[in-house]
Amino acid sequence: MLNYIIRRLVSLIPVLIGVSILAFSLMHLVPGDPARSILGEKATEAQLEALREELNLNDPYIVQYGRFMGQIAQGDLGNSITSKEAVIVEIGSRLPATLELTLFAMGIAVLVGVLAGVIAAVKQYSWFDNISMSGALFGVSMPIFWLGLMMIWLFAVELNWLPPSGRLSNDIELQTITNLYLLDSILTLNGEAFVNAFRHLLMPGIALATIPMAIIARMTRSSMLEVMKQDYIRTANAKGLASRLVVFQHALKNAALPVLTVIGLQFGFLLGGAVLTETIFSWPGVGRYVMDAILSRDYPVVQSTILIVAVIFVLVNLITDLLYTLFDPRIKLD
Amino acid sequence: MAEQLPILEVDNLHTHFFTKSGVVKAVDGVSFSVKPGETLGIVGESGSGKSITAMSVMKLVPSPPGRIVDGDVRFNGDSLLPKTEKEMRKIRGKDISMIFQDPMTSLNPVFSVEKQMLETILTHEDMNKHQARKRAVELLDLVGIPDAKKRLKNYPHEFSGGMRQRVMIAMALACNPKVLIADEPTTALDVTIQAQILALLKRLQKELGMAIIMITHDLGVVAEVCDRVMVMYGGKPVEFASVKELFDGPKHPYTWGLLSSIPQIHNRKERLEAIQGLPPDLRHLPEGCSFAPRCTHVKDSCLHIDPALLEDDTDHFVRCLLYEEEEKVIQP
Ligand SMILES: Nc1ncnc2c1ncn2[C@@H]1O[C@H](COP(=O)(O)OP(=O)(O)O)[C@@H](O)[C@H]1O
Ligand SMILES: [Mg+2]
Repeated sequence: MLNYIIRRLVSLIPVLIGVSILAFSLMHLVPGDPARSILGEKATEAQLEALREELNLNDPYIVQYGRFMGQIAQGDLGNSITSKEAVIVEIGSRLPATLELTLFAMGIAVLVGVLAGVIAAVKQYSWFDNISMSGALFGVSMPIFWLGLMMIWLFAVELNWLPPSGRLSNDIELQTITNLYLLDSILTLNGEAFVNAFRHLLMPGIALATIPMAIIARMTRSSMLEVMKQDYIRTANAKGLASRLVVFQHALKNAALPVLTVIGLQFGFLLGGAVLTETIFSWPGVGRYVMDAILSRDYPVVQSTILIVAVIFVLVNLITDLLYTLFDPRIKLD
Repeated sequence: MAEQLPILEVDNLHTHFFTKSGVVKAVDGVSFSVKPGETLGIVGESGSGKSITAMSVMKLVPSPPGRIVDGDVRFNGDSLLPKTEKEMRKIRGKDISMIFQDPMTSLNPVFSVEKQMLETILTHEDMNKHQARKRAVELLDLVGIPDAKKRLKNYPHEFSGGMRQRVMIAMALACNPKVLIADEPTTALDVTIQAQILALLKRLQKELGMAIIMITHDLGVVAEVCDRVMVMYGGKPVEFASVKELFDGPKHPYTWGLLSSIPQIHNRKERLEAIQGLPPDLRHLPEGCSFAPRCTHVKDSCLHIDPALLEDDTDHFVRCLLYEEEEKVIQP
């Protein structure tokens, strides 16, 4: 087990080198000039040239890439071109917000998606099945952007039930530990902050969760329908087990593997979707930060973010693979 | 056998499937009863309605599309049909339990044998986990699984096919059922293992005294373990007799066909003279006898008249026009 994990982590290295080359080329091949975006339209050519020289942007690509990788090898992600701050610090202060949003959205998507999928499968062709699966079809084709704006209009503007933006109201005190506010408010037994953070999370979380929830629900339903036909389900019924046990233990545990795969894949989607969601809901996370960085051609920030996302993605995959063995004893990690 | 009341009675059972392409009369007028300690065989080709008969007794017919449309099932004199799903769950696995054809797929692959045995025991018996575990070890011992205590922790895929069927049997017997329905319990196993499992079932029946309903397509199995046998064709019983009667003087042309296709011990692989033709389409049964299209003794009248199940000699019933003239209509 430990061997396997170490081997998987080592195999991360070539993946990251590949991703870094990709991120580097993408940023440098796309037209745009960081010097221009820092100095603005009125800057003279001489000023621009001086700044480019200062930022080492005139070196050949291969030298720039080598310098970038050299820094990373030392654990240094460099400094932002625009703010001059260390990238690691800037991302570090925003990553918890993104993680909290993503995890919250994933929690909703898994909880609601799996439950809806199971019920739809057990009551195949019932009104619940029809409505939830039409809803899921609708959900996968829902643009987050449109959904987010509609939610803000309805729940924040018209009904005034939920805050339209941010993570926490200004008048709320919260002692931060992990910077995941929900978790911190539980750790510090701060009920007021918990409710406040929860209310802020609700809309962006649901907006972000919609598509994965729909996909998880559909996958759970089809996987459950397949499993419910199996002989061991007939055995479980013939033993007189309560239907609750038959469905949620015997069937669901067998149906879990394909669902788990989908959940792992959707995690990557969520990280991407977070960029949009954070923009709509003014969520102070990495998404908005990197969006700005792309627009201002802040190369170190964009490249580092892509690398970090790649690491998270690979780690999620690793966790998914480890979870497989928990659900199916026949699967052995070699 | 002493005069004992039957523990399970099935009376004129009709189970139909209402599908888009028509009504499938999977079970169409089946009656039988079994007494404690007795083994009743139900034999017939694949698709003749044996499994659906068994599932009807358990009230586990997939519904929709299936439904018991007529008849009665009584356990200990008590009709099961009006019972609710919750009441049935108390009976399943406790009073009536079942084992199935494929021990490979009938056990849940993601749970240990311990979990699967314990949940059965704890569902029906007033025991704590510790007592249930002790009981499970006893049961595995009883069905001849060596090193039972250790094996309890294993998962189904860690057992061989024969051992897995023993686990199924142990699980089915966990709560001392009065009736054990065995649906082709040896079909998926190879010959030597088949014989071991049949011997095990016979031994356990002697020790525990339950009634067994042995479903099979193999008259060889019937000869080995059954007291009486019902031959089914196209959802209906076509012959019903004691095993001795059936082998000494089979009456129905379909039974003759089955008997001549029993695989011999020496050349198990070769099926001598399998019955020509295919089983009937249960949605569009012919007007007369449903076996007529395949029957070697077919008469003109067979194509128009569906014969009744008649008592021929004492306790020997047959559904065939060859015997119609002399007999009177009785249900077994
Ligand atoms: N879910 C179902 N829907 C429609 N027909 C079914 C269904 N299950 C079984 N049947 C039909 O019932 C008939 C009897 O099946 P079964 O009792 O399984 O036969 P066997 O004697 O081989 O055990 C078959 O012809 C089959 O087509
Ligand atoms: Mg069958």
